[in-house]
Amino acid sequence: MNNYEPIIGLEVHVELSTRSKMFCSCSADYFGKESNTHTCPVCLGLPGALPVPNKAALENCMKLGLALGCKISDESRFERKNYFYPDLPKGYQISQYRWPLCKSGIVKVRNKIGEVREIRINRVHQEEDTGKLTHSGENTLIDYNRSGVPLVEIVTEPDFRDTEEIRDYAKKIQQICRYLGISNADMEKGDMRLEANVSVRKVTAGHPELVEGSLAHAGPTSVGDSSSTTRNDMLPPYRVELKNINSFRFMVAAVEYEIRRQIEALDKGERLIQETRGWNENKKQTYTQRVKEEANDYRYFADPDLTEMIVDSDSVKKTKEEMQELPVDKQKRFVASYGLSETQAIMLTDTREFADYFEEAVRVGKEYSLQPTKVANTLINKKFNRDEILPAKFVEMLVGEQEKGVLPDEELEKIIAQAITDNPQAVADYKKGKESSVQFLVGQVMKFTHGKADPNRAKELLTEKLSSRV
Amino acid sequence: MTHKNMEITELTLTQILKALEEKEFSEEELNSAYVKRAQVLNAGLNAYVTVLEPYEGIPAAIKDVIVTKDVKTTAGSKILENFLPPYSATVIDKLESHNVSVLGKTNCDEFAMGSSGENSAYGVTHNPWDTGKVPGGSSSGSAAAVSGDMCVFALGSDTGGSIRQPASFCGVVGLKPTYGLISRYGLIAYASSLDCVGPIAKSVEDAGQVLEWISGPDGKDSNCSKSFTFSREKIKDGIKGLRVGVPKEYLGEGLEEGVKETIKSALSKLESLGAELIYVDLPHSEYAIAAYYIIATSEASSNLARLDGIRFGGNRDLFGAEVKRRIMLGTFSLSVGYYDDYFARAAKVRTLIIKDFEKAFKKCDIIAGPVSPTVAWNIGAKVNDPLAMYLSDIYTVPANLAGIPGISVPAGFSDGLPVGLQFLGPKWSEEKLLQVAYNYEQSAEWNKQKPNLTVSP
Repeated sequence: MNNYEPIIGLEVHVELSTRSKMFCSCSADYFGKESNTHTCPVCLGLPGALPVPNKAALENCMKLGLALGCKISDESRFERKNYFYPDLPKGYQISQYRWPLCKSGIVKVRNKIGEVREIRINRVHQEEDTGKLTHSGENTLIDYNRSGVPLVEIVTEPDFRDTEEIRDYAKKIQQICRYLGISNADMEKGDMRLEANVSVRKVTAGHPELVEGSLAHAGPTSVGDSSSTTRNDMLPPYRVELKNINSFRFMVAAVEYEIRRQIEALDKGERLIQETRGWNENKKQTYTQRVKEEANDYRYFADPDLTEMIVDSDSVKKTKEEMQELPVDKQKRFVASYGLSETQAIMLTDTREFADYFEEAVRVGKEYSLQPTKVANTLINKKFNRDEILPAKFVEMLVGEQEKGVLPDEELEKIIAQAITDNPQAVADYKKGKESSVQFLVGQVMKFTHGKADPNRAKELLTEKLSSRV
Repeated sequence: MTHKNMEITELTLTQILKALEEKEFSEEELNSAYVKRAQVLNAGLNAYVTVLEPYEGIPAAIKDVIVTKDVKTTAGSKILENFLPPYSATVIDKLESHNVSVLGKTNCDEFAMGSSGENSAYGVTHNPWDTGKVPGGSSSGSAAAVSGDMCVFALGSDTGGSIRQPASFCGVVGLKPTYGLISRYGLIAYASSLDCVGPIAKSVEDAGQVLEWISGPDGKDSNCSKSFTFSREKIKDGIKGLRVGVPKEYLGEGLEEGVKETIKSALSKLESLGAELIYVDLPHSEYAIAAYYIIATSEASSNLARLDGIRFGGNRDLFGAEVKRRIMLGTFSLSVGYYDDYFARAAKVRTLIIKDFEKAFKKCDIIAGPVSPTVAWNIGAKVNDPLAMYLSDIYTVPANLAGIPGISVPAGFSDGLPVGLQFLGPKWSEEKLLQVAYNYEQSAEWNKQKPNLTVSP
């Protein structure tokens, strides 16, 4: 049996939640709207219509690029990607190819064994979405409400080596989009779409079956600098594109299946081909959708309807200043200013709203000499509806508990552990399904603490402990 | 209906505006005179695809590649035979805001691809000066309609000479403005980086008036200038001391003798008006045709992709032979493996041509020369020789590649057919360009001559 290493690159499409479409003033909010009501000559591709770029979308694309550590190009252009499909009204998609708005970024991810690895971003570019086809019987219906909605494409180099990295990367992209407020990045709604290019290579010296450079992976999206060859000198001579998979779980399953399938095939001495595959959830298998005889010829050329975009350093600076603090920066700041652990900081910055809630609570808590770590611990451990209890109210409750002398979790947990050790019978009963045994244990805890414990919290922690011991 | 012993239809736009202001006749009388003449003469000239019957406003003819809301717009193609646009081009909105009415939609080469008017799916347009001759193209119907007094003025489009050449062949004034001076929104695209809307008119002053109406910023066209606006205030100033550049390349091989003589005497006329003639070089002119037919067809192959018969229009087999030829040429030029040798190379030639003009305009204010190497040819003479047809655009395509303005002004006759004198200026020099053209026109008065068309009473 040979040793193989997966080589995976990702293309992520994110639909921006701007008010209007990319090149016309139609509303970009198409989800659940009556078909073909958000259309005009421009997004229907009528003769004579011309595109005018949406500045807000370009700014958001730039923000995303900056958040992913990209350089912003001084000179950037829209190009036409020519191909025929009924959902593409102009017969070409306005996209970016040789002159993307943002290029060469880095995203750090964790792999299966917890190591931090760097994923190089090839480019972050602006384009437009297509219409939507619905097949019913012999007919195909076209809805152009989505046609022309701003879309940002993020292309990585083939740097992923396991699915945990993919999971972490996708989560980070989603989190950053939400932090920046540029997209909901909801995969189920189609705000965020993933495509993976998967191949495997033998981990042996010599790489006899590999080709030089990154031809197979770079494809039509390479920006042209050869940096991609410095780390992966040799890439497999084929790649399998996994497409049209609209759930994150399915994508991970498909990638894992593909890695196994490809390794098995190579071990049997089979030759793998360049193709596009989809995911069959019932069979839990990938299947061939399209075999590429040769690369698609999109006949890219600079769109003569749109002028070159000149981005000066001032506007990049201004955009940077306007940008929301990113999760990574927030985590660093939380550790430095509030004395939190890295894990706490990561948990509290999961969403911008949670992080804001925490900071507001810390601010209010300061007046009561409430420690930020105490606020952090409580927020992380206590589940409650933050929409209903505002930070000030939350602090008030916390302070109240403290004054009542309610035991902090750390001490409570010790006592609970003791109660569990002391009462094996009650524990055994609980495990047999006698739920009222918990109440008995809560009573024991209250007795030990002379009533200083919060009985609800004690029950919560007890249940947690007992179930984890199954 | 007459006005100072002239038919209303003979009057220029400038004269009509004055007469209307002085209430010499009504808008209704004006429209009915033109509608009647257009309807009668169209039977023989085939200048219009659609004739409407407006009863108010200034009746103008619009090339059928410019979309008009709820008025059939065919682009000279069978594929758009029943296309009713749901919107109007910006230039139409602007004209309507200046009390202009659409008298009709004029015939043209299919999707503006042609130099003779013979590539229309709706039949060839005839030259009013000699109905056996072509009117030039692709704004064939617009030039013929102005020449035959079948409208007050017309709009055309110029991608490689499509306004100037038919204006020259039909003995009228045709202006191709600086790229970006007039909005292209609503102009059915042939080659987006070259296409310009412009006026075809009975006089230089008229062309200036129309330009004033239709030029200016438009939020719907990204390439339309936000700052430059045109004013015709100074066009009547003299041209003493003006440096007129004459490109050697424009008077060389291939230029018909009769046209050459006519242009030479026009140049002498300019000298007599106080202009100084200077020879200039445009050394890359010989590559202009090749570069043009690569860039234009490449863009066209992409622009015409939307005509898929799904949302509007018929199937693609309805395209005419010339359109199919250009789609194939363009698709080829953009394909992997050919792009660098064709499209990218043509783009480099384009840059060289821009530099040629920049250099020349350091020596002179305006360039003068012929519009076309020949006068109008016989209908059918070049239909089987597309290359010969392409080569007839030799003096007009450089201006499109460079994005600079050009105007064709009647300069006399050769073999009884009109010859146009072309002036070219630097970008945004329309005021100067029209000033020179106006001075020449007034001294020569060739535009006073009219083709002999009989309209039975």
